[in-house]
Amino acid sequence: MKETKYSICGMCAVRCPVTVEVQDGKPVWIEGNSHDGGMGRSLCAKGGAAFSQRTDKQRPLGPLLRRGKRGEGQWREASWEEAYDYIAGKLQAIMAEHGARAIMLSDRGGPFADLRQAFVKALGSPNYINHDCTCGRNVHHASKSVYGLGRKDFAYDYENSRHIVLFGRNITESLKVKEVKSFLKAIKKGARVTYIDPRASITAGKASRYWQIKPGTDYALLLGIAHYLVNNNLYDQDFVGRYVNGMPEFKTFLEPYTLEWAEGETGIAAREIQAFCHELNEDRPRVIIHPGWMLARYRDSFHASRMIHILNALMGSIEHPGGLFYPKGPKDAGKKGLKSLSALVPNVEEERADGCGSRYPHFDKGAGMLQTAYEAIDSGVPYPIKAYFVHRHNPFIALPDTDEQRRIFDKLELIVAVDVNYSETAWFADVILPENTFLERDDILRTEKGLKPGFGRRQQCVPPANNTRPGWKIYVELAHRLGKGEYFPFSSIEEIWQYQLQDTGFSPADFDAKGFVKLSDKALWHDRDQLKFGTESGRIEIVNQKWAAMGVASLPPYVAPEQPPEGSFRLLFGRNGYQAHGQHQNNPILCELLDTNRLWINTAAAGKLGIKDGDPVEVANGDTRGIIRARVTDLIHPQAVFMLHGFGTDVPAKKRAFGKGLADQVFMKGKLKEWDHAGGGLNLAETFVTVTPAQAGGEQS
Amino acid sequence: MSKYIVTQEVADCIGCRACEVHCKDKNNSGPGAFYCRMIEVVSEQSSPPAIDYVYLSCFHCEKAWCVDACPTGAMERRDQDGIVFVVDSACVGCKACITACPWSVPQWNPNTGKVGKCDLCMDRIDAGLEPACVSKCTTGCLQFSTPAEASEARRQAFAEQLLQNRR
Repeated sequence: MKETKYSICGMCAVRCPVTVEVQDGKPVWIEGNSHDGGMGRSLCAKGGAAFSQRTDKQRPLGPLLRRGKRGEGQWREASWEEAYDYIAGKLQAIMAEHGARAIMLSDRGGPFADLRQAFVKALGSPNYINHDCTCGRNVHHASKSVYGLGRKDFAYDYENSRHIVLFGRNITESLKVKEVKSFLKAIKKGARVTYIDPRASITAGKASRYWQIKPGTDYALLLGIAHYLVNNNLYDQDFVGRYVNGMPEFKTFLEPYTLEWAEGETGIAAREIQAFCHELNEDRPRVIIHPGWMLARYRDSFHASRMIHILNALMGSIEHPGGLFYPKGPKDAGKKGLKSLSALVPNVEEERADGCGSRYPHFDKGAGMLQTAYEAIDSGVPYPIKAYFVHRHNPFIALPDTDEQRRIFDKLELIVAVDVNYSETAWFADVILPENTFLERDDILRTEKGLKPGFGRRQQCVPPANNTRPGWKIYVELAHRLGKGEYFPFSSIEEIWQYQLQDTGFSPADFDAKGFVKLSDKALWHDRDQLKFGTESGRIEIVNQKWAAMGVASLPPYVAPEQPPEGSFRLLFGRNGYQAHGQHQNNPILCELLDTNRLWINTAAAGKLGIKDGDPVEVANGDTRGIIRARVTDLIHPQAVFMLHGFGTDVPAKKRAFGKGLADQVFMKGKLKEWDHAGGGLNLAETFVTVTPAQAGGEQS
Repeated sequence: MSKYIVTQEVADCIGCRACEVHCKDKNNSGPGAFYCRMIEVVSEQSSPPAIDYVYLSCFHCEKAWCVDACPTGAMERRDQDGIVFVVDSACVGCKACITACPWSVPQWNPNTGKVGKCDLCMDRIDAGLEPACVSKCTTGCLQFSTPAEASEARRQAFAEQLLQNRR
């Protein structure tokens, strides 16, 4: 029998809508869900490798309990009952000694996190944390400080834009299918694209203008742009007059930052920046200056992102076609939203271990911050953290300095990894609870905000091929085992869906036809004369008092980045369109596309060191060193080197990828302690490494 | 040339290699074997740099070298539409086709010890569908059509661009 199922891809965190054809219980075809017009049948390489993930045996295929020392890779297969008993026993002992607050859970956030948040809350802990300290925290907090709205409270209408400006936002490779299609349509319709990055990614090749900026000087360029726009009145004075606070202070602050000054800092010619500014003025309000997606990079990334948010206000591009818009939710469509699972659980009043909302009152409690939670694990201050659930999250490679993380994690009494793959972090855990691949699992329903809001469903398309379980079931079963079943009165996903949909007038069967339901037939736009912002003043704030109270100046003077010493380079990393987050390098198909990474190094810089294209080179920072082949190219700034992230795994069970290439994060020594106190993001682009010619065949040490 | 053609709008290609993966997933071509390939062509000197990807698969030649070279008749050309394909059971793995093809298009499958190649997903074509690489292309830069349609579409696009520039 042949069936068509609509679901949501789980190969990466973008979670695109997909169609899966199933023949007699076997998956035979997967493509984009063409009921979603922006998606069509399109599917990226990662989604295309979903079936091979399911059949891959180099993954945890049943519950595993650690036998040897942590990280040794000695595992014993266990039943689910035994694994649950082990976890429950450990947790009860930890709770008896340290209280429930000693438990924390981290995941990669996203639309299905509600259930895991409910789980942590039900145990009595405030310590749910997502991955965002290595992703969009700086952008999010920058947005909050300017608009009082979060990062996800804005979306981008690329297709109708006249000018798209990208500060390292690599749209073609850090890939969202719908976004890139919309981006390419804009180009086809004649939009200009300005791409700014020390490294020319594939996106640079699509741009009408590429600036190879000196690494770490985005804020300087933005100050120069702002100076020129403001001094020459090249901005939307109506919009600014109506909605923006702080223009006089802004103008005074910008005085020293002339285009000539910006040229000196960034290496980008003043006359080119000038031409760019005039173009912005011609093209506004159909202008998108992207405030960043993953922006845990430089020590001033928060302020760079903040300046971008301000520039978008100057362009008047808010809630305008071809600019930024508010993604509308159920309320905007006059409908009720999904009921929250967390709402069934009493609030936990306890202070968070990571200090968000207390020591750091300007940081959101919702997402938390992993690097300061690590401090609690390490020091026991403000209180000890002893148990850690890591849900399909891989901090060992996402955060800097894996060795230091191992030292800190070893203070935990229980590490439980719930994952589809052997992540580097899972390999160090005490228990691995293997989750079904996305093809094999249901999830809670999600809200899909946008111009036409709706709800979407991931549903199980095929039975699990191994002794694995869906995440929702794992947490509901664990909660019951720990005596918290009253908060999860569900015995099936169907019951959860019915609860979520209770106020909406929809039933789970309504998702059968397309995989989603829409709450509005037409695109919803707010009245541009009545825009609302979440700041205290209700206006867009160039100067924000909440941050000022934390000692964070809204308009800090520019401080030039540290220069790499002679023979050293700033280490940059990124990804391609087919392997992300170290999750795909061992996939049976995707590993064939690229099995190792190379070190991009500038032609002139390589020449000085006697390095030719393809030569093995040694990359080092202190005692950490490794060998990789060089890609000698003009496409990277002379001060920087670049490698793709996610290579160099030390997990031997991932046989296709084990030991191949280099991992960037191991070189980021001491960088767990260096993060942006204004925005909360880690400084992942503030490490210098030396590069020297090497002999072929060397191993990473 | 088969009656079909796969064309590519290079400007819309982002080198994401989804076509290669969709092909491998559909056709199970074996480790290291790619029936279609995206070839990177970079010019670092232009500004912005030109970073392009060119889709290369089988041309399904009218007079196919691989068919002529095959000693067992395993390499066939379908009468109805000219698709060149391998009859698996007849392939002895001699690799003569790989040598004979000017572009070395036929691929070696080390798991089966046989050659495989693009057959334009002819089972899908027979079901009224398009090849996997085209159907699921991330950006829609690949098109499946006939040479006449492809030519017409390209001329139309050029004409529109011509007038847009003149306005």
